[in-house]
Amino acid sequence: MSLDTTAPILVQPETEEMILARQRKAVHRRRRNTWLLRLAIVVAWLGSWELTATYFIDPFFYSKPSLIWARLAHWFTVGTDFGSIWYQMWTTVSEAVLGFLIGAAAGVVLGVILGRSQYLADVLAPFIKAANAVPRIVLASLFVIWFGLGLGSKVATVIVLVFFAVFFNAFTGAREVDRNLIDNARILGARRLQVLKSIVLPSATSWILSSLHTAFGFALIGAVVGEYAGSKAGVGFLISNAQGTFDSAGIYAAMIIITVVALVAEWGIGHLENRLLRWRPSMSHTSDQAVI
Amino acid sequence: MSSPLIELIGATKRFPSGTGSVHTAVRDLNLTVQPGEFVAVVGPTGCGKSTTLSLVSGLQPASAGEVYVNGERVTSIPDGVGYMFQNDAVMPWRSVLDNVASGPRFRGVPKVEARETAADWVERVGLGGFERYYPHQLSGGMRKRVALAQTLVNKPRILLMDEPFSALDVQTRSLMQDELLRLWSGSEAAVIFVTHDLEEAIALADKVVVLTTSPATVKDVFEVGLPRPRKVEELRITEDFLRIYREVWESLRVEVEKARMKGAANVA
Repeated sequence: MSLDTTAPILVQPETEEMILARQRKAVHRRRRNTWLLRLAIVVAWLGSWELTATYFIDPFFYSKPSLIWARLAHWFTVGTDFGSIWYQMWTTVSEAVLGFLIGAAAGVVLGVILGRSQYLADVLAPFIKAANAVPRIVLASLFVIWFGLGLGSKVATVIVLVFFAVFFNAFTGAREVDRNLIDNARILGARRLQVLKSIVLPSATSWILSSLHTAFGFALIGAVVGEYAGSKAGVGFLISNAQGTFDSAGIYAAMIIITVVALVAEWGIGHLENRLLRWRPSMSHTSDQAVI
Repeated sequence: MSSPLIELIGATKRFPSGTGSVHTAVRDLNLTVQPGEFVAVVGPTGCGKSTTLSLVSGLQPASAGEVYVNGERVTSIPDGVGYMFQNDAVMPWRSVLDNVASGPRFRGVPKVEARETAADWVERVGLGGFERYYPHQLSGGMRKRVALAQTLVNKPRILLMDEPFSALDVQTRSLMQDELLRLWSGSEAAVIFVTHDLEEAIALADKVVVLTTSPATVKDVFEVGLPRPRKVEELRITEDFLRIYREVWESLRVEVEKARMKGAANVA
């Protein structure tokens, strides 16, 4: 390619402000375009659904965005057939959170213990592998028989789902601790418990925290499935009831509510992660969002 | 002369090599270190220098022979031992100040007091102003300073150093060597400094111990009569330094060549 020298362009040296302004503008434009494109995707998706459901397919089975929106509006203004929507959400979220806390704590404790004790880990490995292979979601039905229709059966379901998600990460995290760091701490005068507290736990923290994202997703699934298996309230109960009355809009509406709850929780956990892991070099944000 | 601070008598370390045989890392090693003495241990790569240190630190028990620190047989980590590892061993989740305060905290010193002592040491190793930084925000040389302060804050009578500066670039390394000598000169601690860099060994130490190729045992011991205080960079080009260097290298060269032959035989 030859260089066309039609008019001599006077190249002025860029000032610092110009460089910064140019960069700011590029960042701004990129962010705006990202959001516009996202909006376009949502509009295209919902619009085509709305049109197809209006003209070609039966909205009784497939529902459509306007019906779902109307159902959501009805729930939040008038309430569901079984009481306020806030009560249903509170029921599900409290089950999920309670089970999540217990399951995560148990997972961390057992994971760290087995991660530090090769012998115990060897002894228990086949049992843990087997327990992990069991389709645990089915236990929800059993728990309804054991613990009744109330809170207990849902929390139990959540615990068995959350436990394994956290356990395996805590285990790996505790096992992969840098030998050098432990030796160094011991030379500096740390006793066994101090090594655990000041070396093993902090090293495992990034592993544990990354598992909490997935684990909270599991917690919500556990609570909803538990309610679905048998209950008197909760978002899962709404879904079960909507299914019984061929109310597809109701199922979608409940799904949306759970999705929003999961996103809020995801944000909270991400926040916690950033606070606890301030010491890490800026990490690439690849939080694996759980799929509900 | 007073009784030695560190004494290894016929120390031997053997462990399973993983391929069914038993590997002898250190064989029949005799070494004494006096209080306040700076001893450098050199030997071919992979000969068992680090193992020698872990025997003295009590991190690993000897398979045979005896190891005494302070006149007492080593069965666990002895009192007054500091250890600087080859790789970074600072805690990435603690700030510079909290890293340095770790030793006193582990030993039960109240938090405020531990931090005061630590702040003093952070200053002494030349990191004043970086107290709140996390290790990943520091350069390699600065992290070594943190490790040094972390070790020295416990006032060790014995300082074990396992190629602590080998990962640093040449300029930073000689800077750290000077820093080490400056900090050590006021401490009266005995040092065992393991390195494969003969220049470093002679520049720092009172006594250079040459180990044989694996399994390691003491081949020769050279006294380094160079006056202190020393400036590492300037010392390196003096006649006396070069004379000692040639003398020690004559002894070390044979072992390095043996190690190379063995390495070549393993590859073939």
